[in-house]
Amino acid sequence: MEKLSQMQVKFLSTLKSGALLALVVVLGVSLTSCGEDPSNKSAGEAGISGNFAASGASSQKSAVDAWVASFGSENPDAKISYDPKGSGGGRKDLGAGAVLFAGTDSPLKDQEISDAATGGCQGGSAFEVPVYVSPIAVVFNLSGINSINLDAKTTAKIFSGAITTWNDAAITALNPGVTLPATQITPVHRSDESGTTENFTDYLSKASQGEWRFPKSGSWPIDGGQSGKGSSGMSQIVNAAEGTIGYVDESQAGKLGKVSIGADGVFVAPSAAEASKAVAASPIREGLKDGRVVVDIKRDLTADQGYPLALISYDAACTYYKDVNNSKFVKAWLKYITSEQGQEVAHKETGSAPLPESLRTKISTSIDAIK
Amino acid sequence: MHKSFFERLTKFSGALILVVLVAIFVFLFGQALPALTASEHSLNEIPWFANAGVPSVISYVLPLIFGTILSSFLALVIAVPLALGISLFIVFYAPKHIRQLLANIVDLLAAIPSVIYGLWAVAVLMPMLFPIYSIFGSTANPPRVLMTVSIVFAIMILPIVSSLTREMFEKVPVPLKEAALGLGATKWEMISTAVLPFAKNGILSSVMLGLGRALGETMAVLIILSPGRGFSLDVLSSGEHQTIAGNIAAQFPEANGLGVSALIETGLVLFLITFLVNLLSRKILERGVVK
Repeated sequence: MEKLSQMQVKFLSTLKSGALLALVVVLGVSLTSCGEDPSNKSAGEAGISGNFAASGASSQKSAVDAWVASFGSENPDAKISYDPKGSGGGRKDLGAGAVLFAGTDSPLKDQEISDAATGGCQGGSAFEVPVYVSPIAVVFNLSGINSINLDAKTTAKIFSGAITTWNDAAITALNPGVTLPATQITPVHRSDESGTTENFTDYLSKASQGEWRFPKSGSWPIDGGQSGKGSSGMSQIVNAAEGTIGYVDESQAGKLGKVSIGADGVFVAPSAAEASKAVAASPIREGLKDGRVVVDIKRDLTADQGYPLALISYDAACTYYKDVNNSKFVKAWLKYITSEQGQEVAHKETGSAPLPESLRTKISTSIDAIK
Repeated sequence: MHKSFFERLTKFSGALILVVLVAIFVFLFGQALPALTASEHSLNEIPWFANAGVPSVISYVLPLIFGTILSSFLALVIAVPLALGISLFIVFYAPKHIRQLLANIVDLLAAIPSVIYGLWAVAVLMPMLFPIYSIFGSTANPPRVLMTVSIVFAIMILPIVSSLTREMFEKVPVPLKEAALGLGATKWEMISTAVLPFAKNGILSSVMLGLGRALGETMAVLIILSPGRGFSLDVLSSGEHQTIAGNIAAQFPEANGLGVSALIETGLVLFLITFLVNLLSRKILERGVVK
């Protein structure tokens, strides 16, 4: 009996010293790793641990996954969950205080800001900064043709059904040297509500010189026609039949032909670099308070100003969090994902367009103001 | 003592089904209420609702009801004769040694998940269907049309209807069949005068089960159909129809607040439709028994 308890004590003390040793080793390793790599600033601030919930736009979901992985490798105790329930749902969650930040494809509405002030932001205010820019490609399926030129006016005519065959004079005039077949054009749109549709219709309504009669809308404004759910549904349809044309995140375009958009003889093919350029050339909305940064992409850019058909996804957060741990996390998180390094991670994983430097400086100021 | 315990248990189980049914109805109704009572203005804040250009959730759901019933009805038209043919062949015509094999193969169809049917339709069936549709003047390529949905539905219902009716046909009493044959009936006359009338109720309930599957089928619609909001009978054009289940699956992920409520209202309607269909079939069956 006595022997047994002695053994127990011994065993326990070994366990304790073992645990202590492990702790020391872990601490030592993490400290040295910080010392070695000065670029790991967010890890240097250390102590970010806990469970952090976010929700919102599904467009930035794959980028968020990449960020969670790389942010998590520096802050292993931070558990971040992102529920891609949609932009509107995310903004609502932020207003109600259910999440720490929300991904959204469109800026906050006034109502939502005042909701957040009295609700989720506990006396602070809600603001949003751009975190993810993705070029949208107009894709088509014509065997043997990888690229054609279209201006917004002709694109609008195609998607509204005014032009019905590929060898229509309006298209051939923009594509000298390309032999277009007499195939019927099948325009394809998204059947679900999406930020991609919203940006595409915004482009059509602003750049088509009145040819597109509808305002921008996240839900396709014309009834009927071919449509599929999600980016995957869209690319599957366009891949399935000759003569189809649709719009999809550039990273999902695969082997499909891509339209170079533009006007007056200058056409730009979709790419991350050109989309970044277009964002840099677009005006930042003026007169916004509380560090809000909203970019209204100029859809009718002229030559060498980049590729204007891009989607900007924001993260909306609060300027004040009651819990210090939360504000520390949101600050570190937003800093990281909008940093050059964070943008590069997203670009590698999702083909997104890195935020231009001028914008990053402004964003950084807003994030610094979080208390 | 034992008996009364068992009796109570069965009574409880029976009552539980009713309670669950009522609870589902109450839940759906409660959740749908905000949308049912909402003003046109607040409903129009939902983007997909605004695009539909309708004043209320009731008028929103009407084209969906049409699409749901049309697709299921067409599926029945295709599947039921085929299923009856299959089960009659297996029971009465097929050589004895391949009967079980055939029956197993048909039953196996029921085990395939609907998402697999959907993907198969997209990859294999649709490229084959378009040349046929185009004979009838269809220009929808890929053929993401209601007819394709109904054909896939039909394949899904086929094993349900066929295996149930096969069991019915096997249960026809031998004296009944022998009496028909003894009176000089041919095999087909025996089937039409003795077998089919005997199995009538069973056939009808198997059809109702199949209809139930078609009405609620979601995944295949989501993958196959280009949705629209029409009342068109042209089942070969795209963007004309949508089913209730397909619409809920398409819009639910990004819906919130009133949008969810509006979708649950359409779910409530689907619940009522299946309920009515079952009630109706019971009534038909009861009338058949009286005769």
